[in-house]
Amino acid sequence: MTSTSPSPAATGHGVAVVFEDMHRWYGPVHALNGLSIDIAPGELIALLGPSGCGKTTALRALGGLDDVDAGRILVGGRDMTHVPANKRNMGIVFQAYSLFPNMTARDNVAYGLRLRGVDGAARKKKAEETLELVGLGAQATRYPHQMSGGQQQRVALARALAIEPSVLLLDEPLSALDAKVRRQLREEIRRIQIMVGITTLFVTHDQEEALAMGDRVGVMSAGRLEQIAPPAELYDRPATAFVAEFVGLTNRVKGVASEGVVDILGARVPLLPGSARSGPVTALVRPEAVKLAPEVGANAHVLAVSFLGSLGRVQVGLPNDTLVVAQVSAADVEHLSPGTAVRVTVVPSPVFAIEG
Amino acid sequence: MSATPSPIGALAPEGGALIARPKSAGKGRKVPVSQRVTRIAILAIVLGYLILPLLAMLEFSTRGDVDPVTKQATRSLQSYAAIFSYPNLVDGIVASLQIAVLTVVGMLLLLVPTMVWTVVRVPRMRRAVEFLCLLPLAIPAIVIVVGIAPIYRWMGQSLGAVGGSPLTLAFIDIILVLPYSYRAIDAGLRAIDTATLSDAARSLGAGWPRTILQVIVPNIRGGILSASVLAIALVLGEFTISSLLSFNTVQVVIYLLGKRDPFVSVAVSLAALVFAFVLLFVISRFAPGADRRAQQTAEEPA
Repeated sequence: MTSTSPSPAATGHGVAVVFEDMHRWYGPVHALNGLSIDIAPGELIALLGPSGCGKTTALRALGGLDDVDAGRILVGGRDMTHVPANKRNMGIVFQAYSLFPNMTARDNVAYGLRLRGVDGAARKKKAEETLELVGLGAQATRYPHQMSGGQQQRVALARALAIEPSVLLLDEPLSALDAKVRRQLREEIRRIQIMVGITTLFVTHDQEEALAMGDRVGVMSAGRLEQIAPPAELYDRPATAFVAEFVGLTNRVKGVASEGVVDILGARVPLLPGSARSGPVTALVRPEAVKLAPEVGANAHVLAVSFLGSLGRVQVGLPNDTLVVAQVSAADVEHLSPGTAVRVTVVPSPVFAIEG
Repeated sequence: MSATPSPIGALAPEGGALIARPKSAGKGRKVPVSQRVTRIAILAIVLGYLILPLLAMLEFSTRGDVDPVTKQATRSLQSYAAIFSYPNLVDGIVASLQIAVLTVVGMLLLLVPTMVWTVVRVPRMRRAVEFLCLLPLAIPAIVIVVGIAPIYRWMGQSLGAVGGSPLTLAFIDIILVLPYSYRAIDAGLRAIDTATLSDAARSLGAGWPRTILQVIVPNIRGGILSASVLAIALVLGEFTISSLLSFNTVQVVIYLLGKRDPFVSVAVSLAALVFAFVLLFVISRFAPGADRRAQQTAEEPA
């Protein structure tokens, strides 16, 4: 596991959260395998990983909805490992729609306040203010079945924030929404999180979401934290092969490594720490590091071109039957039709390499 | 188990039929005439099969004296009026209604928290709980009586009037209604995301009792009402166990009365059936739609 210290940019009014060597077994499955994370006050940590990697288990353990078999959870310095969920004061937004169907949006938001003994008028005022915060002030009297999925998740966010929780937990809250609403809501959640300054744990399997929202992104695999780092660092300097392959697109290009560099596609490229250091290796190269130049007589050929709006992805066949994908600007796509002979080079930015 | 077939049990063996279908279901589909005729014919046969005995009961229980002039039998409600002239019968009705109330309360207290807990905390036990709840279907009433009679004998001797009260039948009836009530409540719980709603309530600060009472129960009201109606219908129809344990419930009294005054006996049976039908109608007509609302979501605005 590689971990960087909490982002210095995170200076909210939230509390610090510490996961300390947490373990959780479900029968033979080791869902959390020594998970340790330090979250700074006001920081938004995005936990990213494939299904079954343990990210939701970690979130539920923090929320008190699941037990841990070993390890500790500290919130604001207080050991919360065995505190029941209803005593933790954490706001949770779930993946599934979780509004209480028998209550209006306002009653849903006010429910947590009612449990805290806030009197009727203050409760109503606070609920309406929080609904305003998520842009749903006009929908206060609507029932969940009268609202869209995006609106329901906004109300769920308002409900979680209304109790002024110490930590906000977001368990893939956008995954049931369509792409456009998802993008809007993710920006809105981030805006509100920064405004409120609340420490937030956001779990997702969508890397675009994680990279866009997190102050730092933790990549998990098989119950372990592979790497936790700011989004740019995670993308540019992956610490493990799993992170290199899971985050973003990668080309697997054969080469030979020696003395901290690898020879691939005619270029000598520096290796990232943790890479295989010598002998035959497979370098994991980002599509944007691959450069193409149309050249008559070159022995690589364009196989397919995908137009993605502002940029394009070009699939190229190399003479040794290797396929590489290059990311090019939309303007360059015009010169690269299938069959075009191209010269392939690599930008000498550091890459991760694995043996073989 | 039951002397009188339960009309509600027959119509809604799993409780689901008590929840009205959405009005739009099946609209806009044109059914061929031959299919319509077949459907109506089948419906008529089934209804005839169900209604003919009731009509016979009505005819029998409303027979009056023979008119000396026309020599024809007159119609009269004197059998119904006579119900209240039999103190044993009134006591039996009251006892059965009390048992029904106790059974419903006991069943709900036992089943709702257990089922919610199973769904939320130990979902792998769901099958085991279902099996246990369905078990009474497979155990003949006589086996239950033989097994439980010593306990009732002990209660009668040790607990005095309380131990000998017919209300103690509620303990057995709670077990007997489990298969039907389980199905109805299970249908309600499946209609909502019980686990997520519970998690949400707890994260907001609710303990388990509040979670169940304020969040789960209001959203499975349809299932709970169905379970309650089924339980009432079953208790009002239960004869074998009451008779073998010598408790005078309404069915036992009707049976005994049938030997002395069959007109009143049939009148009470019919009245009990009508009561159950009315209850069924009221529940299916006015049951809240919360269970259905839980599954609906408005379209995403463009």
